[in-house]
Amino acid sequence: MSEKKKLRVATTSLAGCFGCHMSFLDIDERLIPLLELVEFDRSPLTDIKHCGPCDIGLIEGGICNGENVHVLREFRKNCKILIAIGSCAITGGLPAQRNHLDLGDCLTEVYLTEAGLAHGHIPNDPELPLPLDKVHPLHEVVKIDYFIPGCPPSGDAIWKFLTDLIAGKTPELGHGLIEYD
Amino acid sequence: MNNTSTFQLDGTDVPFESGQTVMQAALAAGHYIPHLCYHPEFKPHGSCKLCTVKVGGRTAASCTMPAEAGLEIESDIEELNALRRTLVQMLFAEGNHFCPSCEKSGNCMLQALGYDLEVHTAGFRHMYPDRPLDASHPDILLDFNRCILCELCVRASSEVDGKNVFALAGRGITKHLIVNARSGLLNDTNIALTDKAMEVCPVGVILKKRVGFKQPIGERRYDKRPISAQALDDAPRAPSGAKHE
Repeated sequence: MSEKKKLRVATTSLAGCFGCHMSFLDIDERLIPLLELVEFDRSPLTDIKHCGPCDIGLIEGGICNGENVHVLREFRKNCKILIAIGSCAITGGLPAQRNHLDLGDCLTEVYLTEAGLAHGHIPNDPELPLPLDKVHPLHEVVKIDYFIPGCPPSGDAIWKFLTDLIAGKTPELGHGLIEYD
Repeated sequence: MNNTSTFQLDGTDVPFESGQTVMQAALAAGHYIPHLCYHPEFKPHGSCKLCTVKVGGRTAASCTMPAEAGLEIESDIEELNALRRTLVQMLFAEGNHFCPSCEKSGNCMLQALGYDLEVHTAGFRHMYPDRPLDASHPDILLDFNRCILCELCVRASSEVDGKNVFALAGRGITKHLIVNARSGLLNDTNIALTDKAMEVCPVGVILKKRVGFKQPIGERRYDKRPISAQALDDAPRAPSGAKHE
């Protein structure tokens, strides 16, 4: 078993909720056969902070701030195959619901004028990544090779997609596994 | 077989009655051709172009094309399905189709076509247009974010309800659905919950208030069956035994 080189996989969540990662864990005991085929690089499972050279990168969440752009570019540079997973990565999703609003107005409403706020101020710690004017899906920033839609995609959909891909087939979902909601 | 009353669709003989379009005959005979703006109860519109087929190497909208004996029509071929995929992608990129929060999700034809054509991404740059809702009516919500300009509500309101509540205004990318009232608000029209216009929206624009999630996500129309199977059930079928072939 160990002679065959394992595929190296990195995962991260950008402007997402980690729901897609939770759904990934919903493949349940199939994680064990998966771990005979792959090993994890940067991922919440390993806590590695930077992505090294990988075969497959899985990214959930869209692009809402400068740090997201850096991480996405690091993944693109290091991953042979980059997969956008979930509605936010593919369409901008929930965070993109602010796209028709002015960013300054959003921050003012949330931190300054909303009822019940006392001495509120817009967070300005230099460590905080700066929000972008608009939220973008991943494919608007780098080339994305595959997309697994869903909010989140089911564990079964993720399993089908990854096993197709690892087997060298064009991944297909089909009715019941392809969902946008 | 009397070959004056059949045409070929993807190599299969399809019988038709005079006056039928290619789409009507195909659906009646149990052959699905993808479509969005076509509805069996209304005059065809020919605008969404999802139902485009190839007839003798040329493209035509099957919902408006009269059936003719001996036609050789191609529909379920990768060349056309790739174009259909692109059309669906453009519709998704052009509006604000946020399925996870849409109460039409699972009952939406645009979404179901995306599923059927294996559209995994809109691909294009999303336009995120700013389209405020009309919540003026006590029982009906209009969410223009999802409008695909199929004019089914326009046709239903004028042809069936006799009311002309809806219309399309503007041209090109600025084209949009409007409400026929001086205020522009739905509450100032005579629309009623029982109107045909309330039933026909293929996406989630015209919504009854307070019933949105009565039917749970996952148990809806196109969650259970792909649209390609469902559309055949919905189509008026040829009466059995009426054909003499």
